[in-house]
Amino acid sequence: MSTSSHNHDHHDEGFIRKYIFSVDHKIIGLQYGISALVFLLFGFSLMAIMRWQLAYPGTAVPIVGFLFGESGTLAPEQYNSLGAMHGTIMIFLGVVPLSVGALGNYIIPLQIGTVDMAFPKLNAASFWSFFVGGVIMVSSFFMPEGAARSGWTSYPPLSIFENGQTIWLLSMVFLITSSLLGSINFIVTIVQLRAPGLTWMRLPLFVWSQFVTSFLLVLAFPPLEAAAVLQLMDRVAGTSFFLPSGLVVSGEIVDVAGSGSPLLWQHLFWFLAHPEVYVLILPAMGIVAEILTNNTRKPIWGFKSIVYSMIFLGFVSFIVWAHHMFLTGMGQAMSAFFQTTTMIISIPSVVILTSFFLSLWGGSIRFNTPMLFALSFLPMFGIGGLTGLPLGLAATDIYLHDTYYVIGHFHYVVAPGTIFALFAGIYYWFPKITGKKMNEILGKLHFWPSLIFMNGIFMPMFIQGLAGVSRRLSDGGEAYAHASGVLHWNEFMTVSAFLLGIAQIPFIINIIMSLYSGEKAGRNPWDSTTLEWAAPSPPLAHVNFDSEITVHQSAYEYSVPDSKKDFIPQTEK
Amino acid sequence: MSTDHSTESIQDHIRVYLIVFGALAILTVVTVLASYLNVSTSEGIFLALIIASVKASLVAGYFMHLISEKNTIIWILLLTGIFLFVVMFLPLISATDQVNI
Amino acid sequence: MEVPYIVKEREDTGLINSKLGIWIFLASEVMLFGGLFSAYIFLRLAAPPGDFAYWASNLSVPLATVNTLVLISSSVSMVMAWASLKLNDFSKYKMYMGITLLCSLIFLVIKYFEYTSKFHHGIYPSSSTFMAIYFTLTGLHGLHIIGGMIVMVYFWLPVGSKLWDSQPEHFANRVEALGLYWHFVDLVWIFLFPVLYLL
Repeated sequence: MSTSSHNHDHHDEGFIRKYIFSVDHKIIGLQYGISALVFLLFGFSLMAIMRWQLAYPGTAVPIVGFLFGESGTLAPEQYNSLGAMHGTIMIFLGVVPLSVGALGNYIIPLQIGTVDMAFPKLNAASFWSFFVGGVIMVSSFFMPEGAARSGWTSYPPLSIFENGQTIWLLSMVFLITSSLLGSINFIVTIVQLRAPGLTWMRLPLFVWSQFVTSFLLVLAFPPLEAAAVLQLMDRVAGTSFFLPSGLVVSGEIVDVAGSGSPLLWQHLFWFLAHPEVYVLILPAMGIVAEILTNNTRKPIWGFKSIVYSMIFLGFVSFIVWAHHMFLTGMGQAMSAFFQTTTMIISIPSVVILTSFFLSLWGGSIRFNTPMLFALSFLPMFGIGGLTGLPLGLAATDIYLHDTYYVIGHFHYVVAPGTIFALFAGIYYWFPKITGKKMNEILGKLHFWPSLIFMNGIFMPMFIQGLAGVSRRLSDGGEAYAHASGVLHWNEFMTVSAFLLGIAQIPFIINIIMSLYSGEKAGRNPWDSTTLEWAAPSPPLAHVNFDSEITVHQSAYEYSVPDSKKDFIPQTEK
Repeated sequence: MSTDHSTESIQDHIRVYLIVFGALAILTVVTVLASYLNVSTSEGIFLALIIASVKASLVAGYFMHLISEKNTIIWILLLTGIFLFVVMFLPLISATDQVNI
Repeated sequence: MEVPYIVKEREDTGLINSKLGIWIFLASEVMLFGGLFSAYIFLRLAAPPGDFAYWASNLSVPLATVNTLVLISSSVSMVMAWASLKLNDFSKYKMYMGITLLCSLIFLVIKYFEYTSKFHHGIYPSSSTFMAIYFTLTGLHGLHIIGGMIVMVYFWLPVGSKLWDSQPEHFANRVEALGLYWHFVDLVWIFLFPVLYLL
C-alpha cells in the first residue's frame, strides 16, 4: 500500500486492522473480489461435474468421482445438489459480490471523487456477513445431510422435506443481510458524497447502474427474507405456510395443520428473484458503457436515454415476476398483465443495447482486451435478451418453461453477458487498483477461446429446449423418446465447458504475473475522463486522492472539437 | 444548520408530541371499540385499516418528523409505498384469478 | 480526511448521511413486514372460511391493547429523549431513554405471558396457519424490539453516551436515528394489533 504525507493516520494500523478488518472501501472491495472469484471457480467446477454426467452417463467422474460413492457416478440427489448449489453459488457468492461488492465498492467512491463510502464500518460488516454466509453455504457440502438439492428456487413442498435446505436458508439470511447493509451504503454514498460539481447528469453510467441496482436490492430482498423465515419455520417448527392440506409424501399424509400454499413461496421468491436478474445485468451494462466510450474515443450515444432507461428498467422489474409462474394455473387477467409488463420491460433493455451499438458508429476503436470483452457483450446479451421474448409470452412459455431453452436464455445473459462485462471491468480497472498493466497477449488468449466455448456450451441448449428436453434431469433426458434426436449435443456442450475452464488459465496467470512484474501503469493508462483516473495508481489508503477534486465536465468528454487532447478529464476546467 | 432546532421550536414540537400522544391513545380505544361493531368482514377490515392508517400517519408525520422532511426522503418512501402495494395486492389478486380445472 | 456530512447537512439534499441511511433501512423493513402481511392475506384466503377468526379468538385483546398503549408511550418518551438532547438537558435525556427502555421491557414481558399461555394450552405455531403467521409476525416484531433495546442500552450507558461530551450534535443525530427506528417498530405494531387481534 502506498502512503503519502497527506495521509493523516493517527496511529500505525496493525496488520489485522489494515488488511483483515479494514474499513477502507478499497481493501473491502478486494476482499469481495478475491472471495467472489474463488466462489466463481468453485461454482464452475460443480457444473463441470454435472456436465460430465450428462455427456458420459454411467461413467465415473474423473479425479473427484470418489466423492460421490463407489461407482464414481452421480446419484440423482447428488446431481440435484450440484445443480442447486451451482445456481446459488454463482448468483449470490459469485456474480453479485463481484459486480456490486467488489467493483462497486472499489470504484464508486473513486468515480464520485470522495474518500470512502458513507458508512465505512457498515461496509466491513457487509463483507464479513457475506463471507460468513459463503462459508456456511459451502460448508453444507460437508454436513451429514449434504447440500441443498431443491434448486436455487427452493420450491416447496420439496424444499420443506429435502435435505440440506435448512443450512441454505441460514446462509441466505447472512447473504441478504450483507446485501441490505451494502446497498444502503451505496445509495447514501452516491446521494451525499458526490464531489462538488458532480451533478446527477455528469455521473458516470457505472455509478448510475449501481445506484439503481442498490434500490432493487433494498426493496426486493426483504420479501424473500420474510419467505425464508417462513420456510425455515415450515422445516423446523412444523408450520405449514407452504404446505397445502392433504399433502401426501412417500405414500403418507403429512402431519401438519395444512391450509398453506406453495404458490405463496413462488410469489415471494420471484418478487425478489426477478429484480435480482436486473441486479445481475445493470452493473454489467454500466461497465460496458464505460469501456465502450473510452475505447471509441467518443461520448456514449444517448447518455440521458440510458440513464432514464436504467431507472425505468429498475422500476418495471418489480412488476414482471409472475412470468416465472405462467404454468401455475393463473387466470387470463394475471397472465395478460404479466405478459404485458414483461414485453414493456424489454424496451429499456433494447434502448440501452441500441445506444451501445450506435456508440460504435464513427468511433476510433481500440481493440484492447477490455474492449474485446465489452464488444462481445453486445451480441451475447442480444442473444440472451431476444431468447427471453418467447419466454415472456405465456403462449410460447407453456412449451418452453422448464426446458433447456430457459437455461440457454439466462446463461447467455449472465455468462457471456454479465461475466464478460466483469472480465472487461477487471482488465480495465486492474491498472488503477494495482498500479500495473495486464498483459495484452494473455488477455487475448483468455478472450477468444472463452467467447467461442461460451457459445459452444449454450447455443445447443436452445436446440435441446425446443425439442422439449426438460431441465434438472440427472440423466440429461435419456429416459425420454422426444429427446433422443438432440442428446448428442450433450458431449459437445460438455467438451466446450471443459475447454472454457482451460481458457481461464491465461487469465489467472495474467493476474498473478502482472501483480509481480507487470508494466507500471501510471495514473491514467487508458486516457479516460472519469474521476477514478485522477487518483494515483493505486489510490492512497483512506483518502484516495492527493488533491482536491472539483468537477467541471460531463462524464465522457472525448474528441471534443478544438481541444488539445482527444479527451477532457472531468476535473479540467 | 437549515433545520430550526431553537429552544422555542423544540418546545413547540414537544407540545405537538403530547397532543399526538393523546390522539393515539384515544384512537387505540376507538380501534378496540370499533371491533365490536356489527359490520361485515370486509367493512370491518376497511374500518380497522383506516383507523390504523390515521394512527400511523400521526406517528410518521410528527414523531418521525415526516411532515417537514426533505424531498429525497419523501420520494424514497413514495417509491417504497408503490412496491409495498404491489407485494401486498398482486399476489392477492392472483389468488382470486385462477384457472378452473 | 473524514467522511463529510455526518453532522453538517449537505446543501442540495439538506440531509446528513445517517438520516438518509436510516430511512432507506426503514424502507427495506417496510418491505420485510409487507412481505409477511402479504403472506397473511394469502393464507387467510387459502384457509377454510372462519378458520382465522376461530384461532384469533384465542388471543387476548385486553393484553394487546395494553401493549399498544405501552408501545405508543415508549414512542413518546423516545422522541422526548431526543428533544431533551436538543434542549441540552442530558439528565432529562437519560430519564426519558430510561422510560423508553422500561416500556419496551413491559411490552416484552406481556408478550412473554401471551406466548407461554398459548404454549401452556398446547397452542403452537404448528397448530394452524393463523397461529403460525401470528407467532412469526409478532416474533419478528419482538426481535426488532430486542434489537432496539440493545441499541438503547448502548446509548444510555456511558459506553455509548460519552460521545455527548465530545460531539453533542453527532450524539443527538445518533439518538434521532434510533428514534426513527423505534417509531417504525411502533408503526408496525399499530398495524399488527388490529390485523391479528381484532379482524
